[in-house]
Amino acid sequence: MFAHFDFGEIVRSLPYLFYTGMTFTLLLTALATFIGIVVGTLLALMRLSGISFLTVPAAAYVNLMRSVPFVLMIFWFYFLVPYIGQWVTFSAQPLQVGAFASSLVTFSLFEAAFFCEIMRAGIQSIPRGQVAAAQALGMTYPMVMGYVVLPQAFRNMVPVLLTQTIVLFQDTSLVYVISVTDFLGAASKVAERDGRLVEMYTFAACVYFVISFAASRAVQVLQRRTAIIR
Amino acid sequence: MNYHWNWSIFWELSPDGTHTYFATLMLGTAWTLITSACAFTIALVFGSIVGVLRTTPYSWAMRLGSLYVDVFRNVPLLVQMFLWYFVLPELLPQALGDWLKQLSDASFYTAVVALGLYMSARIAEQIRAGILSLPRGQRLASLALGMTLPQAYAYVLLPMTYRILLPPLTSELLNTIKNSAVALTIGLMELTARARAMQEFSFQVFEAFTAATIIYIVINMLVTFAMRMVERRLTIPGYLGFKAPAVGH
Repeated sequence: MFAHFDFGEIVRSLPYLFYTGMTFTLLLTALATFIGIVVGTLLALMRLSGISFLTVPAAAYVNLMRSVPFVLMIFWFYFLVPYIGQWVTFSAQPLQVGAFASSLVTFSLFEAAFFCEIMRAGIQSIPRGQVAAAQALGMTYPMVMGYVVLPQAFRNMVPVLLTQTIVLFQDTSLVYVISVTDFLGAASKVAERDGRLVEMYTFAACVYFVISFAASRAVQVLQRRTAIIR
Repeated sequence: MNYHWNWSIFWELSPDGTHTYFATLMLGTAWTLITSACAFTIALVFGSIVGVLRTTPYSWAMRLGSLYVDVFRNVPLLVQMFLWYFVLPELLPQALGDWLKQLSDASFYTAVVALGLYMSARIAEQIRAGILSLPRGQRLASLALGMTLPQAYAYVLLPMTYRILLPPLTSELLNTIKNSAVALTIGLMELTARARAMQEFSFQVFEAFTAATIIYIVINMLVTFAMRMVERRLTIPGYLGFKAPAVGH
């Protein structure tokens, strides 16, 4: 089975795969997670605000993102981001954005909908009495959220947020559809250049597996350590 | 904005010469639905087997089950599609590999298998959680009545589990439909791929993607509605509260 398997091919392309590809993948994962959690928390606060001109758009946005395929959304943003850029900067032409910026906007905004649902569950897991107590102490809404609710909600949700980050890490491979050179994109370019599809895709699968598997085991350990005993 | 809207594009003839763009999108919808239905069937069957394995009292079965779930969950779906489509035929004996490569609709079969097995790992997790959420007494009582372990699963545990799990299984079905879009990378002409093709030929980017988005939303609503009807008939009173962890897409 491995008679024609060229390990040298993998070794030769390692610098390209990791330096160009994996850097892109990891940077995209980290930044999109960060922005996604920030935007997602804001969306969650909007959904829980009880003010209809905030709850309705936030709910509509989250439900839209959750009901269409990610691949379709990647296409949407790929063509839409230049126009949004033009609108924001008041320029005459659609803005030229690089592959990284375009992917970052796509992933941040798409994953924000999923982080929103996680944070919403986190916020709702805090007993109402705490909010009431904080208000009775004279805290304003930003203080209640900032000092009492959100810190606990984050702590409760850290394992789920990290699991979603692993999902996001795997999803970054989908930038393949707009021909971006992430880790899989790099592997695929080498594979097609040298006609070594078996080697490159098998290797890519192994690398994704090792990283995701190690990360999810780490999350399990973290979950056991940080669980609050009630 | 210097984008030229043209909503009548849907009624114009597509480059295939026989169908309008609207008709090509409908064909794509059909492929999406067929692929998802077949994949979900595979996912349910394999997911149930693996989920059951992980709750049996045998340590080898538990380990086998968790290995299966770990493998299929920790490799991105796109990479799994590539493995089935590009790598598998090369690893098989020459004749069999060639036959696979020349198969018409090869991308359809590949998509069904890849998507089905990928989703089966997630369904296995749901089934396992569902079985473990049942009171221990149910298993013990069935065994005490003289049922064998397979009988206990077939007549007591699994029927309960499926009925408890209807809501999470509905969302896994919706996930299957959404994830079928990844099959465009191996050349399956499903809905997203048709919208993309329409954009490439007609340059009407936003019309094409709007149409696809609306179709996905409609499918979503129909499936949700249908499953709610099923739920209303099948849920077990008193078990409504079960909620599986909501992570992923």
